[in-house]
Amino acid sequence: MIVTKAASASELIQSVEQADSPSRLIAAVRALADACLEAGIPTLISVLGYNNPEAAVIAVDGLIQLGKVAVPALLEQLDDYNYGARAYSFRALAAIADPRAIDVLLNAAEADFAPSVRRAAAKGLGNLDWSQLPADQRRAAQDRALKALLHISTDADWAIRYAAVVGLQGLAEFALGQSPAALSLPTDWMSPIGDRFEQMAKADADLAVRARVAVAQQQLEDSHENTT
Amino acid sequence: MLEPSAQPYSEPSPSEPAGSEPLNLEQALANLTHSDVSLRYYAAWWLGKFAAGEPRVVDALILALSDEADRTEMGGYPLRRNAARALGKLGDRRAVPALLHCLDCSDFYVREAAAQSLGMLGDPVCIPALLRFLEGGVEANQMVSGRPHLAQPAEAAMEALESLQATEAVPLIEPFLNHPVQRVQHAAARAMYVLTQTPAYGERLVLALSDADLKLRRSLLLDLGASGYLLGADVIAHAAVESSFKIIALKSLLESHFKQLGAVTLSSPAKRVMALMDALL
Repeated sequence: MIVTKAASASELIQSVEQADSPSRLIAAVRALADACLEAGIPTLISVLGYNNPEAAVIAVDGLIQLGKVAVPALLEQLDDYNYGARAYSFRALAAIADPRAIDVLLNAAEADFAPSVRRAAAKGLGNLDWSQLPADQRRAAQDRALKALLHISTDADWAIRYAAVVGLQGLAEFALGQSPAALSLPTDWMSPIGDRFEQMAKADADLAVRARVAVAQQQLEDSHENTT
Repeated sequence: MLEPSAQPYSEPSPSEPAGSEPLNLEQALANLTHSDVSLRYYAAWWLGKFAAGEPRVVDALILALSDEADRTEMGGYPLRRNAARALGKLGDRRAVPALLHCLDCSDFYVREAAAQSLGMLGDPVCIPALLRFLEGGVEANQMVSGRPHLAQPAEAAMEALESLQATEAVPLIEPFLNHPVQRVQHAAARAMYVLTQTPAYGERLVLALSDADLKLRRSLLLDLGASGYLLGADVIAHAAVESSFKIIALKSLLESHFKQLGAVTLSSPAKRVMALMDALL
């Protein structure tokens, strides 16, 4: 079985590399993504830079399916020159939610020049799977994410602020979902997030951002009622 | 560097003239009457983008609407175009009479920019003047041969009438649903939806998406967004167009809807729009 799988992996990879039309490329990427093979990870990541949005979306989904195992290669192969490719990588990293990506996400959310990369990173920061971090590192990592998201929630670009709200809601939801033993955590966190949401709900320049804050406030209220 | 896909408007930002310093407010105001007309043009654009609508900025731009120095080979008035666009963004209704005057300018693009800005300024006094652009119907408003535009800025006029909530424009807009130029049909469908809230017009935009090329898909997404037709949200989110474009269209959809309601309400279709936006981040 292993032998056939290996053989078919190289065939699948080859057909992506040799695809000579957009439709063949899409079909080949789909086949490789569906096979869910570790050996296909570097190829799926290269597809993100092919300037074919349909193929890229299929590759992102394939990488998300593969999950944690794709994270080291995604971090290694971040494309410094092609922001389109980078944005797809960050969408995959955000969805996989592996906290090993935190430094890269923090850096991108605050400083990448491409808005699409910053949006994906901000959303990702709020939705990391913190339970994968050792307890003694968790709090410090969460504080860094919180600080970064609060900071970019004042960005000049409405879409970055919108993404920051989504990220902050994610952090607050994680805090609310903690066991009662960790209740000191939510209280510490909830107040800066809650305060920031209050300000934005009243004063953000864009109606869509204000509406998204209102949704976050409503959903947090609901989760709070369910946990108490 | 800007991401090209995040720029939904057809009007490109002019590049800074070679060798010039980055502008500040004083410099831009001074440049508006500079002997180098290319500096005037850039200054007008800069003021529309970065000024806060100070009365002296508005006064200076109103003066620029009657500029005679900056002319194209074909007789156009580039500075007037930029000044008219800037005045719409600055939101001071004192510009309305001068912009109304621009609706009679010989330069199509000045008329178009003035119509758009009058729509943004929201003063209903300009409704009769805008209606005039539609009065001859489709026949009087065909493409001008050799030029990429119609005889009159019908799209801009319909858009302005839509934002002015000018329901009396409905009978004049309706014939444009059958205009030979697709873009114009779409502008008409969008205005008809906004002014009548009849779902059939929103559906028309949704249907048009299925056999449009990329350029037309982008403009349709923006039309759907501006229409506030919330049932179009899923089609926008799944269109074969760059994500940045879809996010902008969904935002516009949500905000147009709120503006039509006169309030931010978290109905389930509105929450659906936001869930789709979240997924595109």
